[in-house]
Amino acid sequence: MNELKPTDDIKKVDSVGVSPPSLRIRLLKLAHLLPSFKHVKIISFLLALVMALPLITLLFEALSSSGDSFAHIRETVLTDYVINTALLMLSVGTLVLLIGIPLAWLIANCDFWGKRFFNWALVLPLAMPAYLVAYTYTDLLDYAGPIQITLRDWFGWTSVNDYWFFDIRSLSGAAVMLSLVLYPYVYLMVRSSFLEQNATLTQAARVLGKTPFKCFMQVSLPLARNAIVASCALVMMESMADFATVNYFAVSTLTTAVYDTWLGHYDLASAAKLSSIMVMGIFVLLFLEQLQKGKQKSSNDAKVSQQSLTYKLTQKQTVLAVSFCSLILFVAFLVPVFVLLQYAVHYFEQSWSTQVFEFAFNSAGIAFITALLALLLSLVLNYAYRVKPNKVQAFSLKAASSGYAIPGTVMAIGVLVPLTFLDIQINDLTVWLGFSAPGLLLSGSIVAIIFAHLVRFIAIANKTLESSYEKISPSLDMVAKTMGTNGVNLLKKVHIPLVRKSAMVAALLIFVESMKELPAALLLQPFDFQTLPTYVYQYASDEQLELAALGAILIVLVGLIPLLILNRSIDTSSIDSNKIDHSKVIQNRVDGK
Amino acid sequence: MKKLILVFLALGTFGVAAETTQTVNIYSFRQSFLIEPILEKFTAETGIQTKVVFAKKGLIERLKREGKYSPADVVLTSDFNKLLQLKDEGLTSEIVSEEINKNVPAHFRDDQGQWIALTKRIRNIYASKTRVNAPQVLTYESLAAPQFKGKVCTRSGKHPYNLGLIASMIAHKGEAEAETWLQGVKANLARKPQGNDRAQVKAIKEGLCDVSLGNSYYYGKMLENAEQKPWADAVNIVYPNQNDRGSHVNVSGAVITKYAPNKSNALKLLTFLSSEKAQQTYASVNMEYPVNPRVKPAAIVLSWGEFKEDTLPLTKVAEYREAALKLVDKVKFDL
Repeated sequence: MNELKPTDDIKKVDSVGVSPPSLRIRLLKLAHLLPSFKHVKIISFLLALVMALPLITLLFEALSSSGDSFAHIRETVLTDYVINTALLMLSVGTLVLLIGIPLAWLIANCDFWGKRFFNWALVLPLAMPAYLVAYTYTDLLDYAGPIQITLRDWFGWTSVNDYWFFDIRSLSGAAVMLSLVLYPYVYLMVRSSFLEQNATLTQAARVLGKTPFKCFMQVSLPLARNAIVASCALVMMESMADFATVNYFAVSTLTTAVYDTWLGHYDLASAAKLSSIMVMGIFVLLFLEQLQKGKQKSSNDAKVSQQSLTYKLTQKQTVLAVSFCSLILFVAFLVPVFVLLQYAVHYFEQSWSTQVFEFAFNSAGIAFITALLALLLSLVLNYAYRVKPNKVQAFSLKAASSGYAIPGTVMAIGVLVPLTFLDIQINDLTVWLGFSAPGLLLSGSIVAIIFAHLVRFIAIANKTLESSYEKISPSLDMVAKTMGTNGVNLLKKVHIPLVRKSAMVAALLIFVESMKELPAALLLQPFDFQTLPTYVYQYASDEQLELAALGAILIVLVGLIPLLILNRSIDTSSIDSNKIDHSKVIQNRVDGK
Repeated sequence: MKKLILVFLALGTFGVAAETTQTVNIYSFRQSFLIEPILEKFTAETGIQTKVVFAKKGLIERLKREGKYSPADVVLTSDFNKLLQLKDEGLTSEIVSEEINKNVPAHFRDDQGQWIALTKRIRNIYASKTRVNAPQVLTYESLAAPQFKGKVCTRSGKHPYNLGLIASMIAHKGEAEAETWLQGVKANLARKPQGNDRAQVKAIKEGLCDVSLGNSYYYGKMLENAEQKPWADAVNIVYPNQNDRGSHVNVSGAVITKYAPNKSNALKLLTFLSSEKAQQTYASVNMEYPVNPRVKPAAIVLSWGEFKEDTLPLTKVAEYREAALKLVDKVKFDL
């Protein structure tokens, strides 16, 4: 991947090299005028430090005192918590693969009735916060819910001992709920990987006598391995950090332990110790992911000529494919939305309030700023790693992604501690200078929430951009440099056009995630400031979700807008990226077109 | 980059509490739909604006970290232990007011004036009307009795309301006996502890269990809610341990913070909250028992009957909070 090869790219760009000298001179002059971007390495290192600040804070807290309750937790319930967490991660990981990969393959490589619809519709569950799906399904499937009541009426059962029914409030229930909203990650990433694959490989396998299924297992699947592992790792991290769903289902995981030690035993040090264990778990996951990536280097070589692979499904196969897609869409999206809509209509008079739109505006604003900042910072980090792929920059990139592992509430503490510290310094300084204290500018404003969301979700941008950068041949950078395109110009004229699509994908994903994020906003909200999730949670935690159904629907609706854009962009990018003539992009950019 | 700086500047001003003189800033563990109607009355009466952060978790940590620049004047809690924690962490200042002392009986105030209670709530047992005979003799101890094998529902043992009850059990009976009791209750559970107090009553209605633990005011709240009325109709509200020590009481309350920037307004708010007018609202809107002796509980609450309160001082109970929490882990109550 990193070695230079005389590919098409270079040959074509060579022709730029022999373009009229006037152009070259013009370019060189231009390059001198622009800032050299010399300090990008230091900047990126500092950025990484800032992003890792919450984690550093936690480690510092963990070491600050003995943390007596940690010993108590270890002796009593820690084993159960660790087992529960591991089981949850594994089952969610397995389930999302079982749902996501077949869907991705059907949409990417098959042609059947309804494909265009499912292509975008299957992304919709991503807009659903897991806790909302959990609330609605609990209402439906609980012992006191309509389904079990109907069953008891039909069959004349009178008590819980008369029959067996799936217990939704359990570890498996939580795993299903999380999988239903997290599978779109796998679906999205694996689908675009399938779309990028070259049909000639499968065709060759078919000529050699392999069945379509064997081709899928032996050609398509191994080629999509990076995407599968990366998306699965993301999903597992999310499920590890989840609190709202497991708490509602009374499943005790490590996040429960973190809450207990901090809020129950008043022992932040122990809570920080437990969080550190979780973060270590995430680093192991990331390391394993890196390890398997190292083995696989030549997947890009398959892109000699592009042709997409499409199976035309028979009638029977179409029925199966459509049923599978419909089932997932129905269970993961339509049922929860229907329940919420029903609540919203039924309780309209009690729950209607224009405040909801103010909260929606707050949430969308925070999500937008978070997405934008995450993108900018991630671009700088990735660029720095690109131009100087040494250990420091690699570490910076990793450190800046560490926030994804930290559960929201712990993140809130990790943000609160350094921000209040800074605030106090600022206030002390202004008072010392003779002015009146400005108040809590950072921790008392939405800066705190945005910072928490940023640290938590920048990993999405880092990962997406990283894999996108890997696809850009290093020869392009070298060619650009021979023409004097350096620093900001290299970023602006070569990298950004090439990673633009995936950068957009990352930004939209972060927007959606940030829309749904609850705990950080809950703890860090400024006075008289609510987001949609905090508003909904306030009622839902009191078993009165129906009164906040309107807000819940708005979370989904606002989240849907970027999802639809996202889906379109991936769709076109998957076709475009295959057709992108990298050399042409460079040529156009240096020409200033 | 310039744009970025502008964005940050905009952020810096947006959301920062404006420092006008006539405001009082509140960190509230209590939910907004309970507190807001009362705060509106306060503003109407005094002209003092209120600004609130509502959160169920982490506000004490936030207050602690903010130190002397914290904008918070008042903390409202829904549980007794948080009042003590605030005091123990040195986050409170003394409440000096003759009027408050008149409104709140001495045993519902800190002896050093660091906190006051505002409302009382009883930890009741809810018992199925059809399946539990002679509910009036029920005790907390009876929840561990063989007759309720597989018939008990409750929320998490670590919830402050249950922790308070377990701590009072330790205070009365000692740790060993409390452990046996808690183990007995766990063995009697119909299902893993989950949901909130209302959800347990719903489960009784559906026949999943026969008895549950729940705070008194939920009964009234459920009777008011068309959807939940059938749940409440299926149960009797029981005041436990009437023939011995009385029912366990928890309180909600308030403190004035140590560095409150608007201390006099904070004092006005607390005076108002303990006054007859506000206590009346607490009683009628949230069906709690007012601490102000001049205010009677709501008619509906009175209709549930007279009862005997456990008189062991809450400070005594609070000493066993940590032990109670450890006990919950030890018997793996929630697992």
